[in-house]
Amino acid sequence: MSHARTTRRVLAAAATFGALLVTAACSSSASPSASGSAAGGVNWDERGPITYAQGKDTAGVWKGVLDQWNAAHPNEQVTFVELSPEADQQRADMIKRGQAKSGEFSVMSVDVVWTSEFAANGFLQELPADKFPTTGMLKSAVDASTYFNKLYAYPQGSDGAMLYYRKDLLDKAGLQPPKTWDEMQAACDKVLPDQKGMSCYAGQHQKYEGLTCNIAEAVNSAGGEFITADGKPAVNTPEAIAGLQWMVDGFKTGMIPADAITWKEEEGRQAFQDGKLLFHRNWPYVWNLASKTDGSSKVAGKFAVAPLPGKTGPGVSTLGGHNIGISAFTKNKGTAGDFIKFIASEPIQKTFLEKGSLAPILESLYADPALNKQFPYLSTLGESIKTAKARPKAVKYGDVTLAIQDATYSALQKQVEPAAAFGDLQTKLEGLLK
Amino acid sequence: MSQGTATTLAGNTPPITRKPKKNLLSDGQGTLAAILISPTMLVILFVVGIPILLSLRESVFLKATAVDPVTGLIPEGESFVGLGNFTDIFNNPQVVQGAWGPMDRLVNSFVNVTFFTVVCVVLETILGVAMALIMARAFRGKGFVRAAILIPWAIPTVVSARMWGLIFDSNGVMNAILGQKILWLADNSYSQMAIVIADVWKTAPFIGLLTLAGLQTIPADVYEAARVDGANAWQQFVRITLPMVKPALVVAVLFRTLDTMRMFDLPWAMVGPGKYYVETTSILAYVENNQLRYGSAAAYSLVLFAYIVVVAFLFVKLLGADVIGDDESRALTAQRKRQKELAKASNQKVKLARSTITSGEGQS
Repeated sequence: MSHARTTRRVLAAAATFGALLVTAACSSSASPSASGSAAGGVNWDERGPITYAQGKDTAGVWKGVLDQWNAAHPNEQVTFVELSPEADQQRADMIKRGQAKSGEFSVMSVDVVWTSEFAANGFLQELPADKFPTTGMLKSAVDASTYFNKLYAYPQGSDGAMLYYRKDLLDKAGLQPPKTWDEMQAACDKVLPDQKGMSCYAGQHQKYEGLTCNIAEAVNSAGGEFITADGKPAVNTPEAIAGLQWMVDGFKTGMIPADAITWKEEEGRQAFQDGKLLFHRNWPYVWNLASKTDGSSKVAGKFAVAPLPGKTGPGVSTLGGHNIGISAFTKNKGTAGDFIKFIASEPIQKTFLEKGSLAPILESLYADPALNKQFPYLSTLGESIKTAKARPKAVKYGDVTLAIQDATYSALQKQVEPAAAFGDLQTKLEGLLK
Repeated sequence: MSQGTATTLAGNTPPITRKPKKNLLSDGQGTLAAILISPTMLVILFVVGIPILLSLRESVFLKATAVDPVTGLIPEGESFVGLGNFTDIFNNPQVVQGAWGPMDRLVNSFVNVTFFTVVCVVLETILGVAMALIMARAFRGKGFVRAAILIPWAIPTVVSARMWGLIFDSNGVMNAILGQKILWLADNSYSQMAIVIADVWKTAPFIGLLTLAGLQTIPADVYEAARVDGANAWQQFVRITLPMVKPALVVAVLFRTLDTMRMFDLPWAMVGPGKYYVETTSILAYVENNQLRYGSAAAYSLVLFAYIVVVAFLFVKLLGADVIGDDESRALTAQRKRQKELAKASNQKVKLARSTITSGEGQS
């Protein structure tokens, strides 16, 4: 019997090896950071095959669009690189290419909140204004593609939040969709007593990016300015704190159901579809799913959308969406430039909307009568996006959004008073947004 | 091994007369052994050794993050900061509110790691041993029970994290069973409990499996003798099963301890990032890495590395006795001494002590 010996050997080996694995797994090798590439000296006439990288094509629109391009440009083929459905993973993949100064992803679909980070690190090619006009595009979307007053990408698809509400119940009570928080509360007071198991309102309150969007909306809708026009934070103002206070009070009074603190988009959508919510803040994608008549939605045909309510008037949405940018390190920038113009063109934007329900970036499409008939929410969405405010344009956006979530979530969990939470947040943001 | 058949060094061979080598355990095949393990060592050098050296290098550098006020661009390169990334937690603490009050984020993650390791491993060991005892029994449907117990271990952690996420959802099964509205997936002590439950569920079978292997090496006649002597079930368990299964069990527990200390996927996929009640040091290092702060990410992983080395060392010291100057050598020396005596009185039949468990007695 050699148990004891084996044990000790294995113990020693296991101890060392297990410990080694930790560092090996968590460390990352050094890689030189890229310097910003100047706009000058770029050959915008160089043409040839390129690649296009974006997250998983959940809307199922890209194959058709790329086929269309490739048929028209036999010598400038675009190869589709489909990345992970997870945003974090997409970002990591793109940063890896950028830091290695690799042009493997010639054209990239960049989330609006990554644009500053990518531009500051020199991963994105600056687009000269004379070659890349932005006329006809939504101003808020163009603003989200610029960094230090320079354009680094074209808007590719936009997004704005809307208030989904139970039209059947409001009609029965003879009410109009609410424009303010007080009106929304009044509507709930009138409707809810007859509706068992229904709550008034919910958005996305789990601790993740959605919470940043929701709290920014609450602050901006309460008359505060989450980020002022010159990029400085202003969350310690009475107006901003009132926005947080509204959400905190919502949980306290039960206007927002207690379990909504663990909800992301999908959980909220599910609750709305199950008839558990009178009002629900969500993105446009919910419309098609909640309208399904196959039994998955109990509210099909019974709901409508309105702009978000605010403290004293209409609310302000947070701007979502993606930009399409060109890698600073790619070859064939001429083709890449043509390709992003093609994506931002009206026929393609229309295809995106019709085939994938993606919010277009061209103002004209929101007024199109035929499209409005097909997408009854389109004009509301257009209003939402037109007045939408961007999240902070920060190079260290990851830190900024975590600081915002820390402050908000601890206030929602009643660990900190709203004023103290935002006072602390102001200090942190001042450091991060210098 | 009553009729000792093993003949490692002793046996009928003539007594060793030359001067013993420095390493008593060496049998002169060291060169061959070195050649045979060199491919493995080469692989380890490339996948473990070099990355660790790179981590060490990375941990003393800091990437420039300041934005040029005119162009908005970040200058290239990184600067040497010495131990700056390590001392940053003292000079520049990032205070977070977790289960243990406001403290620096790294310290908080450390306390979480320690808490999870202690609680999870203790529960897993108790449950795992119980499972092994059940699995070792001969009964109808034994195969089915064994398979059922091992299923959790076979499921990838991320999948089980998602699964438990559904169970712990505010409208999930757990709340339905308990008849409560507990918000497991927010950020509170219940979140910690949820992690513990899911981790124990998943990895107790691992301890069970290794313990089962140990149980199966215990000969049945030992129990028979105990029964003859009138030992009851508890006495048999404490005096026979536990001591004899200890070598296997200790290895299993050590593996689980090291594994739990670097827990990442379960809290990440089930409760989510940025939840300070369940944030582990691995998660923190990943987050730092994700924010392109490779220096502090490397520093944090190295701190965790050091922590794990210390724990593993203590573990080996306390439960496995000494590893290097081990009693095997001592036993061998003693045995050789006895053999010499045996040779002197060659006709005498000496019954050697049975305590040398490490190497066979040879024919006695």
